[in-house]
Amino acid sequence: MDQPERLPKPGRRDFLKKAGSVFVGGLAATVPMAAGFTVFVDPLRRQGQNGDFVRVASIESLPADGVPRRFSIVADRSDAWNKSMQVPVGAVYLRRSADQKIEALNVVCPHLGCFVDYLAGEKGFSCPCHNSKFGLDGRLADPKSPSPRPLDTLEVELRNGTEIWVKFRNFLAGHAEKIPVS
Amino acid sequence: MKALLDWLDQRTGYRRIVRYTLYENIPGGARWRYVWGSTLVFTLTIQVITGIFLWMAYSPSSQTAWESVYYIQHEMTGGWLLRGIHHFTASVMNVLLVLHLMQVVIDGAYRAPREMNFWFGLGLFLLVLALSLTGYLLPWDQKGYWATKVATNIAAIVPWIGPMLQRLVVGGADYGHHTLTRFFALHAGVLPAAVVVLLVWHIFLFRRHGITAKDPKRRPDEYFWPDQVLKDAVACLAVMAAILFLVLRPWLFGTGEDLGAELGAPADPSETYSAARPEWYFLFLFEFLKFFSGGTEIWGAIIIPGLILGVIFLMPIIGRWQLGHLFNVGLSVSLLAGAILLTYLAITHDQRNTSYQVAVQEARRNAVRVRALARPPRGIPLTGAVNLLRDDPLTQGPKLFSKNCAGCHRYDGHDGTGAKPAEEPTAADLKGFASREWLSGLMDPSRIPTLHYFGGTKFKDGRMARFVARDVAKYSPENKEKLRKVVVALSAEAKLKSQYAADKQDSQAIDEGRTLIATEDMRCTECHKFYQHDEDPTGPDLTGYGSRQWLIDCIGDPGHARFYGKRNDRMPAFAQDRLDARSISLLADWLRGDWY
Repeated sequence: MDQPERLPKPGRRDFLKKAGSVFVGGLAATVPMAAGFTVFVDPLRRQGQNGDFVRVASIESLPADGVPRRFSIVADRSDAWNKSMQVPVGAVYLRRSADQKIEALNVVCPHLGCFVDYLAGEKGFSCPCHNSKFGLDGRLADPKSPSPRPLDTLEVELRNGTEIWVKFRNFLAGHAEKIPVS
Repeated sequence: MKALLDWLDQRTGYRRIVRYTLYENIPGGARWRYVWGSTLVFTLTIQVITGIFLWMAYSPSSQTAWESVYYIQHEMTGGWLLRGIHHFTASVMNVLLVLHLMQVVIDGAYRAPREMNFWFGLGLFLLVLALSLTGYLLPWDQKGYWATKVATNIAAIVPWIGPMLQRLVVGGADYGHHTLTRFFALHAGVLPAAVVVLLVWHIFLFRRHGITAKDPKRRPDEYFWPDQVLKDAVACLAVMAAILFLVLRPWLFGTGEDLGAELGAPADPSETYSAARPEWYFLFLFEFLKFFSGGTEIWGAIIIPGLILGVIFLMPIIGRWQLGHLFNVGLSVSLLAGAILLTYLAITHDQRNTSYQVAVQEARRNAVRVRALARPPRGIPLTGAVNLLRDDPLTQGPKLFSKNCAGCHRYDGHDGTGAKPAEEPTAADLKGFASREWLSGLMDPSRIPTLHYFGGTKFKDGRMARFVARDVAKYSPENKEKLRKVVVALSAEAKLKSQYAADKQDSQAIDEGRTLIATEDMRCTECHKFYQHDEDPTGPDLTGYGSRQWLIDCIGDPGHARFYGKRNDRMPAFAQDRLDARSISLLADWLRGDWY
C-alpha cells in the first residue's frame, strides 16, 4: 500500500495523460449509458390512445329527469406489446340536460385523477380524494374545491336516433386548461 | 473554491480516498499487461448499467417475458442496441475472465500472500457464469427455454438432493412463472450483489498486496494515475469497440440478421425444438457431456467438472513448489486447449448435422414469423405470443400436412415442410388447390392422369378422368373458352385470398361461368351438385368448392355424400379422432393460402 502522503506535482505531460484518461474512459462509459437512456426516454416518443367516438349506451338507458348515470367506455386498448380488443378503458357520466340534450363528463377528477362520485343528495359530483365539488353540468360547485377546472366535458353524438356515441379521451390532471393526453 | 473543498474534505475525507484510489505505486511503471482486471470491472459496469435499463422494460412471467423482450428488441427506440450490448458484453466478459485467470496462473500471482484473492477471483468467475446461465433463460424464447431446461435437469442428477434442488431452482414441478421470477431475482438481485461484495473485496485485497509486477526494475515506478489509468481507459474503449462490432456485425457484413442479440420464437413446451444449444461459452460442457452414456452423466456434468474446479481451487497451495507451479500452468493451458477443442468439435458436429441445420432454419423462420404476427397494429393477445404461432396457419399448416397428409398427397412436390418423401405420391398435389391454375390442370387431358392430379388414385380411370380425356380433349375453341369461364367461376367459389383481385375483375366471366356450370352442354351437373337440388350426385359438391368451410368439411369427412361418398379412395375422415377442429381449420387455411 504505497501511497504518498502528499499528491505528486503534476507536469504538462501528466495533464495530457489525465485529460486523455478522462476523455477515453468517459467515451467508453458513454456508450452503455447512451443506449440505456435512449430506451428509457422511449415513452416520450409514443402516442397515447387517440380519442375516437365510442358507442356508450342507448338513449333509453338514460333517465329523463336529468339524473346522471355512469357508463363504462369499452374500446380496443394497446398497452406496450399487448393489444386487447373491446376492454373497459374508462368511464363517463351521461345525463340529459334541461333542454333534453345529452351531456357527457369524464369521471376523472381534473385535480389529481381520482374518479368522482355522483351524490344524489347534493345533486352534483364529489371527488372522494380531496373533496372537489362539481355541479351536475360539471362546473365547480364550491370555490374551495382544489380542482383547477370543471369536470371534462366530452363530445357526444346521437346516431341512428338512439345510439349515444362519445368521443372519449383523458386530459392532463392539475392544469387549468383541458390538455388532451395523447 | 479551495475553502469549499477543504470544508468537504474535513467532513468526508475524500482526499484520502482519492489518494488511496489513484496513487497506487506500480513497480516498473504502467504496462499494457496490467489492463485486464480493469477491463473486467468495466464490462461488469456495462452489465449493471444496461441491465438496470433493461430491467425497466422487462416483465418476468411466462406470458410477458418474451413479449417484453420483443418490445425492447423491436419496438423501443434503441432497444436492440441496449440488449445487444448486454448480450455481447456477457460473451466478452467470459473471454476476459479466462484471459485474466490465465495471466494470474502463468504469472504465479496466486502465490502467498494472494491466495485469498485468487479464491475470490474464482468465486467471481463462477458467479459470472451463473449470471450468464440465468440470463439466457430470461427472454423466454425457444433457445433459452430448452437450453436452460437441460441445465436445470443437470441439477436434478445431483445425488440425494438433486430433485429437490431442481424443484427449488425451477420454482415448481415444471417451468413457469416462478422459474422466471426466480431466475430474474438471481440474475438481477442475488448474483450481482454477490459479485459486488466479492469484487470490492477482490480489489481491496489486490490493493493491499499490490500488483504482481513483472520486471519491477525495468523502468522507474509510476503511479496508477494517470499512466496506468490512461492505458486502462484505452483498453476499456477497445473492449467497448469490440462489443459494438459484435452488435453491429449483421449491418457491417450485410448478413440480414437482426442487429443486436438474437430473439427466437416464444418458448413453447408443446413444440419440439431440435436447435437447442447453450450459449457458445458453455458449448464445451455440452460436447463433453456427449462422452457419457446413460447413467454416467453425473461424471460428465458434476463429478469431473467439480474435481477440476477443486484442483483449480487448490492451485495456490500446489503452486508453492516450483514443480507445482509448472503443473498449474500446464493444467490451465491443457484445460483451455481442451475447452477450445471441445467447442470446435461441438460447432463442427453441428455444421455437419443436417437435421440440426434444418431445425435452426425452422427456428429462424418461426422467429421472423412471430415478429410479423406481433407487430402493431395487431399486437400480442393477453394470453401471450406463443398463441400467435400456435394459431398461425403458415406455421402450423406445413407441420400438420407433413404429419397427416404427406403420406399420399404432396404440396408443390414436397411434404409441406420442404422435405421430399422418398415414395411417389398416391394422391393429388394440393399446392394452389381450387385456384384457376390448379383447376385448369385438372381439366387438362394431358395433366389429369399424372401423379400431380389423379394419377396415383383410383379416380385415374374414373368418370371425371374419362370425361376430360375424351370430351375435353376434343373441345372446339368456343368450348375451350366456355371451359375457361367454368374454371374461373368454380375457382371463385373458393374465395381465395390470392385471387381476390382477379375474381373482382372477372366478375362478368364468373357470372357466365356459373351459368355454364349449370347448363347441360358443360355436363358438370350430370355428376356434381351446384347450388340446385340433386337427388343422386356422384362427384363432390361444387357449391362453395374449395371454400374454407368446404375444405374443412371435406378433410373432416371425405366419405360424406357431399364429397366422394362411397367412391372415396383411401382418404380417412380426419374429424373422427384424427385431428381436432382447430387443426383441420389451420390445415384448410394454409392450403387456401389464407394467413396474416
